[in-house]
Amino acid sequence: MDQGFFLLFATVSVITALTVVLARNPVHCALALMACFLQISAIFVLLEAPLLAVIQIFVYVGAIMVLFLFVIMMIDVREAKLQRFLPGGNLPALVMLVLLGIEMSVLVLWSDRFSVTVPVGGGDEIRQLSTTLFAGYLLPFEVASVILLVALVGAIVLARKEQG
Amino acid sequence: MVPLSWYILLGVVLFVIGAAGVLLRRNILVVLMSLELLLNSVNINFIAFGRIYNDFRGQIFAIFVIAITAAEVAVALGILVALVRNKSTLKVDDVTMMKG
Repeated sequence: MDQGFFLLFATVSVITALTVVLARNPVHCALALMACFLQISAIFVLLEAPLLAVIQIFVYVGAIMVLFLFVIMMIDVREAKLQRFLPGGNLPALVMLVLLGIEMSVLVLWSDRFSVTVPVGGGDEIRQLSTTLFAGYLLPFEVASVILLVALVGAIVLARKEQG
Repeated sequence: MVPLSWYILLGVVLFVIGAAGVLLRRNILVVLMSLELLLNSVNINFIAFGRIYNDFRGQIFAIFVIAITAAEVAVALGILVALVRNKSTLKVDDVTMMKG
């Protein structure tokens, strides 16, 4: 049952990821990426990380993809839409990618440590997760909030029109 | 139950597809979207390993990755808007104004 769901979500996410890379229109890329993020959040639910699944939908699908679509609508995509994706355009990069994929797959399939199945965990996981996040990882949390503030100010400064 | 290697293989496939988008596409918007794909495959790996070893640190680092990704996208799209306003191009190869 779980395996069937995993195969379904994984297949759809791989297909939509390929659509992101292969589609010509950036709007199609953004919509396919949104579908891919939804599948990945379903995979997070399968991994019993419901908080991460909700964060994935809120942050990626709700915020980041809307930002992408907004920018795509704001700038002109007609010129960019016309250029095709050429698979043989950059041959060394393509060879390197194939080697990278083969290497990682062989390493995963070769090792015995990855063949374990998922153990059963105890309940009340979100409480433990938040306790760990706000007790043990308080400093990185605050650093992340400062980084978000800096990014907010930086984005406003960058996107502002030059005034005199 | 689903073995761990399936999740890792899904992460591998998504990572290679995202890297292909970063390295082979010439449109800056698609390159940024492929970066999101790369970070998501890393997140799948973090959460899968955290689940297997009953450790919350995987999920915590996934949360940090998502937060930093949000910051990165905001800054990158700001840069993109400024770039399009100044040079009116979306191709990676045309953006050479920082070349020495």
